[in-house]
Amino acid sequence: MSVDTQADAPLLEVQGLSKRFGAIQACRNISFDLWPGEVIGIVGESGSGKTTLLNCISARLAPDSGRVLYRTRHEGPADLNGMSEPARRMLMRTDWGFVHQDPREGLRMRVSAGANVGERLMALGARHYGNIRAEALDWLGMVEIDQTRVDDMPRTFSGGMLQRLQIARNLVTRPRLVFMDEPTGGLDVSVQARLLDLIRGLVADLGLSAVVVTHDLAVARMLSHRLMVMWRGSVVETGLTDQVLDDPHHPYTQLLVSSVLQP
Amino acid sequence: MYVAVKGGEKAILNSHRLIEDERRGDRGIPELSIAQIDEQLGLAVDRVMTEGSLYDRRLAALAIKQAQGDLIEAIFLLRAYRTTLPRFGASVPIDTGRMQVRRRISATYKDIPGGQVLGPTYDYTHRLLDFGLMDDEAERCQAVSAPAEVDAAMPRVTDLLGRDGLIEEETAEPDETPIADLTRDPLTFPAERPLRLQNLARGDEGFLLGLGYSTQRGYGRNHPFVGEIRLGEVAVEFVPEELGFPIELGEITVTECQMVNQFKGSKTKPAQFTRGYGLTFGHCERKAMSMALVDRALRCRELDEDATAPAQDEEFVMMHSDNVEASGFVQHLKLPHYVDFQAELVMVRSMRAAAGAKEAAE
Amino acid sequence: MSAATAPVATGGPETGYNFAYLDEQTKRMIRRTILKAVAIPGYQCPFGGREMPLPYGWGTGGIQVTASVLGADDTLKVIDQGADDTTNAVSIRRFFERTAGVATTERTEEATIIQTRHRIPEAPLREGQVLVYQVPIPEPLRWLEPRETESRKMHALAEYGAMHVRLYEDIAHHGQIATAYDYPVKVNGRYVTAPSPIPKFDNPKMHMNPAIQLFGAGREKRIYAIPPYTRVESLDFEDHPFEVQRWDEVCALCGSSESYLDEVITDDRGGHMFVCSDTYYCAERQAARPAAAAPWSEAGGSAK
Repeated sequence: MSVDTQADAPLLEVQGLSKRFGAIQACRNISFDLWPGEVIGIVGESGSGKTTLLNCISARLAPDSGRVLYRTRHEGPADLNGMSEPARRMLMRTDWGFVHQDPREGLRMRVSAGANVGERLMALGARHYGNIRAEALDWLGMVEIDQTRVDDMPRTFSGGMLQRLQIARNLVTRPRLVFMDEPTGGLDVSVQARLLDLIRGLVADLGLSAVVVTHDLAVARMLSHRLMVMWRGSVVETGLTDQVLDDPHHPYTQLLVSSVLQP
Repeated sequence: MYVAVKGGEKAILNSHRLIEDERRGDRGIPELSIAQIDEQLGLAVDRVMTEGSLYDRRLAALAIKQAQGDLIEAIFLLRAYRTTLPRFGASVPIDTGRMQVRRRISATYKDIPGGQVLGPTYDYTHRLLDFGLMDDEAERCQAVSAPAEVDAAMPRVTDLLGRDGLIEEETAEPDETPIADLTRDPLTFPAERPLRLQNLARGDEGFLLGLGYSTQRGYGRNHPFVGEIRLGEVAVEFVPEELGFPIELGEITVTECQMVNQFKGSKTKPAQFTRGYGLTFGHCERKAMSMALVDRALRCRELDEDATAPAQDEEFVMMHSDNVEASGFVQHLKLPHYVDFQAELVMVRSMRAAAGAKEAAE
Repeated sequence: MSAATAPVATGGPETGYNFAYLDEQTKRMIRRTILKAVAIPGYQCPFGGREMPLPYGWGTGGIQVTASVLGADDTLKVIDQGADDTTNAVSIRRFFERTAGVATTERTEEATIIQTRHRIPEAPLREGQVLVYQVPIPEPLRWLEPRETESRKMHALAEYGAMHVRLYEDIAHHGQIATAYDYPVKVNGRYVTAPSPIPKFDNPKMHMNPAIQLFGAGREKRIYAIPPYTRVESLDFEDHPFEVQRWDEVCALCGSSESYLDEVITDDRGGHMFVCSDTYYCAERQAARPAAAAPWSEAGGSAK
């Protein structure tokens, strides 16, 4: 579906990224690559720097040092910091998605579900109401929201529905890369399980690359191919998800894993 | 047959005559003089000068008379006059440290160099109607003549704090920096403090009072203490280009409020007190204090505080503080909107017709 | 616009004030802003709006623009709601009669400058005429994004998706675009612009108009412009194209079926009739028809 299917080059390259807030070193010299179709999980407790890292690599926050290269569809790798603001904003609403923990941050709460899904299409120049609406209906179906709710306001939706709506709003432009910040946080366990299934299915079907930040190892295990464990601003362990979780090497990872397994 | 209403021009002229007549009221009662307003409604004159941003007691009094005591209307009159005045230049900044103080209080120290001077204030009056004032012939008490020598040296309380580094330093803009002028250039955001202070100085007293009050009730709390309020006369000096040194043009009465606010410190600054500043023409203490509270609230950005409350939102505050703008726009709703309303009527009717047709079909 | 030939700084009939009230420096500043506005069609240029002796919201922006382009040999027409004799139009016309002593007219074709609130005259404008709009809220994105800092960025980057979200919502909820006036337009294919609260009926008149269209917002301190013969498109969807208001009735006075109609309530039993909002256009048509002709009934055909 996408023009660029070069599987032999990373989609996102993070090189020596650091960010501090005053005395606090939130991210220390972090490097990693994300490959097309790959899902990387970033785990760690709150305050470990994982959300700061996510914000830096998604161009929502400027790092103090280091580079983030994104392979654009037409012009190859581009440094996010060197990119013009229009280009960056364009990337954010077309080629990327960002799923917030609180869906209210990512949705327009005062317009209908259909308009929420259709907005990105309209921003890209779609000018046929019928087509926009049809596509919105399709996407509501794909994220398992009753299509008769298309004209309803998000505030009438449950937490799980809101999160699915946010996902549909992000995916409608067929992005190549999606950032997720605790996508199942704040939801009931049963709702979580259903949402995780849905996300996993969509990621696989659409061949998405994703970076998922979570403190929940179960979420990480279910969604990600590879895992990065963060502790006090540094990546202390990285590897295939099963490998990291089943055979943790770093003492902090061991503690993290054991605290889940033996509550 | 229908004939469209005409005669707008005549109606306007007649309306002007009516207000003129109403303004004069009962001819059996002596007409108010400008001097009477100036002398006996002095605080109203002060407010009109402050928000009208023109220091001229006589013109402010005239505006109050012309507006029948409607102070916002008077402020508007004064402002509209003010824009037509040529400007010769900018005066030297007034130095309130050299003020001839008539009132000076501090809530932070019991005793301060120069002492506390209560001066004229309603603060400790009992708000009982004084029926004695009904008799406009009665003798009025005379103030005991000038209080025992007010100390000439009256350092500002904030300067005392500053000596120990307890309060942030007030750094003046370098002389070359052109100072934005709200009355000449459109407001742009983000706005720097000099521009914000100009806006607040002209801002509506009621609006700022409400906002200042909201910060005290927790909407952008900043732990204020009245460091000092001083009222008195200061010299206005001007440097004519051909002379190259300042000459005194005269003196004006101002009220200054220096609010001292708590500040925990940030990643770059150690804990220190911070400032909120208020200044008005004449004696407008409530306004000066409200201004200082809102000034401090609006500094949240530079002090690394979260901006969560209305008083901390500079676009919200500055875009809505001006009562001449606000009053005009609210009252413009009285202007005919036949055309827009007709457009809405057509729209609502067509929607209702469509809904009716849909219902009939179902 | 014959400002260049205007006598500089000579008092108008109202002594004590400069010609057309504003001082020459201020006029120059405003003319510079207008030039910039004309150079970037549809872009809102900030300007140092002055306090006028008329209240904000009552046409101060339009008055400042008019005062700055007005010359002694101009002929001024002022309308409000399409009519020359509504109180505010009368008040503004009197203001310029007093401060500039210029000729005024009700005849659209005679005027060199027309200041308007909420309408574009029915008679086509011609080259050389200046149409000055009074604008209350110049920012078409204001209802979506109240913050100036953000809306300016949206304009700069031409991020106008949200405008269509608003239209989408209208159709989703009402089956049609429910904006009846101040209907957003795109000027010269670039800037989304507020046409001021004219009914959408007038939007098509803005497109490729031979006259200069200047917009003044006094309280918000913005000036913008549509130069002659500039593309002006009303935002819409392909399958829900922009449409203007229509009436089943014709004007009860002149029989026009092509003009914007005002509804007049004639009694308290639901009686009402429709008359042209453009009073000059209507009067001309009435004068041109045979004296004996009866007023048009609701069933009456249109007069041509």
